[in-house]
Amino acid sequence: MSAPLEVGDLSARHGGLHAVRGVSLRLHAAEAVALVGANGAGKSTLLRTLAGTHPAATGRVLLQGVDVTSWAAHERVRMGLALVPEGRRLFGDMTVRENLLVAGENGRRGPWTLAAVLDALPALRPLAGLPAQALSGGQRQAVAIGRALMANPEVLLIDEVSLGLSPLAVQTVYDSLSALRQHGATTLLLVEQDLDRALAFADRVLCMREGTIVLEGDAKELSRDAITQAYFGLESSEAAA
Amino acid sequence: MIDAAIQGLLLGGYYAILAAGLSLMFGVMRFINLAHGDLAVAGAYGVLFGVLTLGLPVWAAVLAMLPLMAALGWLLQRWLFARALRAGFLLPLLVTFGLGAVLQNGLYGVFGSDTLSLGNHIGALSWASWTLPGGVVVGQLPALTFLLALAVLGGLQCLLSRTRLGRAIRATATDAEAAQLCGVDAGRVHRAAGAIAVSLAGLAGALLAMRALVNPYAGPAQLITAFEAVVIGGIGSLWGTLAGGIVLGVAQSLGALVTPQGFDLAGHAAFLLVLVARLAGARRFQLGKPALRTYLKWRRA
Repeated sequence: MSAPLEVGDLSARHGGLHAVRGVSLRLHAAEAVALVGANGAGKSTLLRTLAGTHPAATGRVLLQGVDVTSWAAHERVRMGLALVPEGRRLFGDMTVRENLLVAGENGRRGPWTLAAVLDALPALRPLAGLPAQALSGGQRQAVAIGRALMANPEVLLIDEVSLGLSPLAVQTVYDSLSALRQHGATTLLLVEQDLDRALAFADRVLCMREGTIVLEGDAKELSRDAITQAYFGLESSEAAA
Repeated sequence: MIDAAIQGLLLGGYYAILAAGLSLMFGVMRFINLAHGDLAVAGAYGVLFGVLTLGLPVWAAVLAMLPLMAALGWLLQRWLFARALRAGFLLPLLVTFGLGAVLQNGLYGVFGSDTLSLGNHIGALSWASWTLPGGVVVGQLPALTFLLALAVLGGLQCLLSRTRLGRAIRATATDAEAAQLCGVDAGRVHRAAGAIAVSLAGLAGALLAMRALVNPYAGPAQLITAFEAVVIGGIGSLWGTLAGGIVLGVAQSLGALVTPQGFDLAGHAAFLLVLVARLAGARRFQLGKPALRTYLKWRRA
């Protein structure tokens, strides 16, 4: 059976900068994978390349066994891949309900309807009539996740889950993600700077440095030190110091 | 003076229809279509062709022209504007400027340089009027044009706020990449917006030919008027185009009271005043939606 998402030898550039270098990975159905790494490691570029908003220089992206490397972003969404981009990118003048409807009307058909999303993310229900620009950071992140769900993705990519959010808002977002995992079989790949959060939430952790995946392992088996070493490219003794 | 102000207000309806397409294109695709006025004149000639050559009744010719103009807008966006937009902001300006020249000379080649009008083909509507209390005379055609403007803007408002296409247009106008991440085909949305914008230009052109004489080179003047109405009303604001059109129309009508040349002069002066006020950061001079926001902020404060 094909994996929901499979990436082979993927590279992407920002002009002369080789931001993603020969990344290969495979996500299994319904698993949650955390992607960690320092700023500039290539995490966001990798996610954008997977979603089709950044061109791949080489390599291929397979969604449920179908090669979508040359597909436009909206075609990948309809194939079952959604990205919650860094900065949320909500449509500020539109209401929360309208933000959700845009994805619902243009994405895949499936179990995630407006009612289902509002049931799964009940904090959004009283906000449905408000313009998105009036929301707090945590509320915006919840709307962005809800909006991605409305497209009924098989694979959900979330960039910088907790960036810029208060601890309370981060907790709210992770509660929503936990509820989402209980709800169905969506595969999650999330970029997270908070290592503890990443280790607690994910099944698997990938660490990127300088455009490549330098560490991969089960979240329950990887130590914080091992990830820190890979994160900064340190030797064991340096990490211990 | 009241009479002139009312005539100006009604004229604002025509300007609103003319400007709505320009505003929509700028709001969604982020470029100024310098051929907008020429497309309006092409619409006028399309109706004239239907009436003079095919013998269609005027309103039937208008109804036939609208889908043809929509198709033209779709095709232009698909094959010309979208390609130009990929090359930055300058190329679309050059391309639409060139398109305007092609349209002008194409119309000249087909219809010649004689001025034409639909005024002779709409019967009493071209001159009939109502006299209001106080002796104010309101022409039936300007009143119809104003009502049409309200209907067009109301229809566009409904389209944008209540339909799937409208939500996709607004999402794409706000952030095209984020819209694509929601499954929206931004290219298709752009083509739909282009179709709406060009058909609105055609409608404005038909109304222009009913109230005035047109010639193949009348487009640039229409573009300037539309551009001024859009800027006065707030770029991208739907009802702002009506407000901008009314300000422009009233200024022109009042200017014409002073001197015949004052018609154009006062319109341009009103535009410059608003522009200078905006550049100076005087937000309260904004009209349309931005003005409403300013007012609401002021009320809350």
